[in-house]
Amino acid sequence: MKNIPIKILISLSVFTVVSAYPVTPTTNRGIIIERATGSIKLVDTARRIHLADVDGMGDLSHASAVFSRDEQHAYVFGRDGGLTKIDLHTCKIEKRIRQAGNSIGGAISRDGKFVAASNYEPGGIRIFKADTLEPVVDIPAVYGDEENPEYSRVVGLVDAPGQRFIASLYDAGEIWVIDLDDTWQPEIRKFTNVGLQPYDALITPDGRYYIAGLYGENGLAVLDLYYLDRGVRRVLQHYGRDEEELPVYKMPHLEGWAVAGNYLFIPAVGHHAIHVINKNNWEEVTRISTHGQPVFAIARPDGRQVWVNFAFPDNNYVEIIDVEKLAVVKKLEPGKAVLHMEFTKEGDEVWISVRDEDRVNIYNTMTFDNIGLVEADKPSGIFFSSRAHKIGL
Amino acid sequence: MLVLALISSFPAMADITLMRRNELRHMVEHDCGSCHGLTRRGGLGPPLTEKVLENRSPEVLFKIIRNGVEGTPMPPWKGILNDEEIRWIVSLLKGGI
Repeated sequence: MKNIPIKILISLSVFTVVSAYPVTPTTNRGIIIERATGSIKLVDTARRIHLADVDGMGDLSHASAVFSRDEQHAYVFGRDGGLTKIDLHTCKIEKRIRQAGNSIGGAISRDGKFVAASNYEPGGIRIFKADTLEPVVDIPAVYGDEENPEYSRVVGLVDAPGQRFIASLYDAGEIWVIDLDDTWQPEIRKFTNVGLQPYDALITPDGRYYIAGLYGENGLAVLDLYYLDRGVRRVLQHYGRDEEELPVYKMPHLEGWAVAGNYLFIPAVGHHAIHVINKNNWEEVTRISTHGQPVFAIARPDGRQVWVNFAFPDNNYVEIIDVEKLAVVKKLEPGKAVLHMEFTKEGDEVWISVRDEDRVNIYNTMTFDNIGLVEADKPSGIFFSSRAHKIGL
Repeated sequence: MLVLALISSFPAMADITLMRRNELRHMVEHDCGSCHGLTRRGGLGPPLTEKVLENRSPEVLFKIIRNGVEGTPMPPWKGILNDEEIRWIVSLLKGGI
């Protein structure tokens, strides 16, 4: 009994000191999307365990997530236009809205104050306050004839240095730079005729280049954010589906570009290869043959390896490229339908979702040993809170 | 004649094993679903709900799946699926299964 007041005193004083922060740090948290059941699993990446489930998330096919700067909140963008703010400390939904009919992804501003969603239906971008999810601005992706405007599906939305978001208009073939400096009256700079059907895009980790892949023609559309006035350049004219168009069973994703020294690694469209590009002159250095059509090519955070997964029907495998050797040095078979890979921020471990086996495998990236697993129902995307500090993720 | 025509264009269930039918159903949900939505309400690809497909003829849908659609990301599935399997998927999409 005598001890109790002391305990209370101690806990009170601790509380006073840290009350502005969550009691449990959420820096090693992550979420796994369970798209068939519309739920997510919260995980602890340091302990490699499943912490809690959050249900009632709607249609999570092609769902993605971004994180607040303090890594305490995740914002999950669902296919059905759902935008859900999850508290990774309490493991509960803090707020959920349906912001559109059909959505493809989102981004969070550099200062963490705004989240933006890119939508297919209605085609456009919507921006919300990150704390309340209150709508701030609606930007319809209007193009074509002013009298009979059409609305484009929007893809490749990323945050960029300054209070900016950048996105590509799939149907319009445009890239828009949205400057939120004056939040209520954002300035939109439109780059037209960037190429046919930009299907996805990324921003380089240094925040300098925005690069869109084109489905409708060869090449990549590149915008140098240091020199917006120079406009969109087309590079790698031979990159694409080529004359002999092979069926593409899954669109490649442009995310987590491997950047090592001056090299970038891009999945080929419809071919069993990864293109290695010199970022200084945008020329192809080499082409690395792979097991199947690559979907993701993601760099280990230190840039020494690039991990690649593949489209149906080769999606049981993952290949690892050694960046120094520019060659595949390892092939793993995690199981049926490998959908996504996510590195811990240290890069020592990678989590790989194996959809049809209902589990996420964890590998040591030095030894390639399978060191753990987390069970999940048809897992797809894996997102760790360390994304909070990376541009474009 | 009508009955015969139906039989020839839509194979009896027995022609495709139960295991294969489950695989196809899974493929439609997840692999087609990555573009057309898990609930088939659309995405990069158009919606494929029963209501949307109501007025599309099975033969047109068969050709789209088999040969793909030029100028769009819809790939030809003929290297992966045989004609019988494609017809079964058409029936599934049209709500006949």
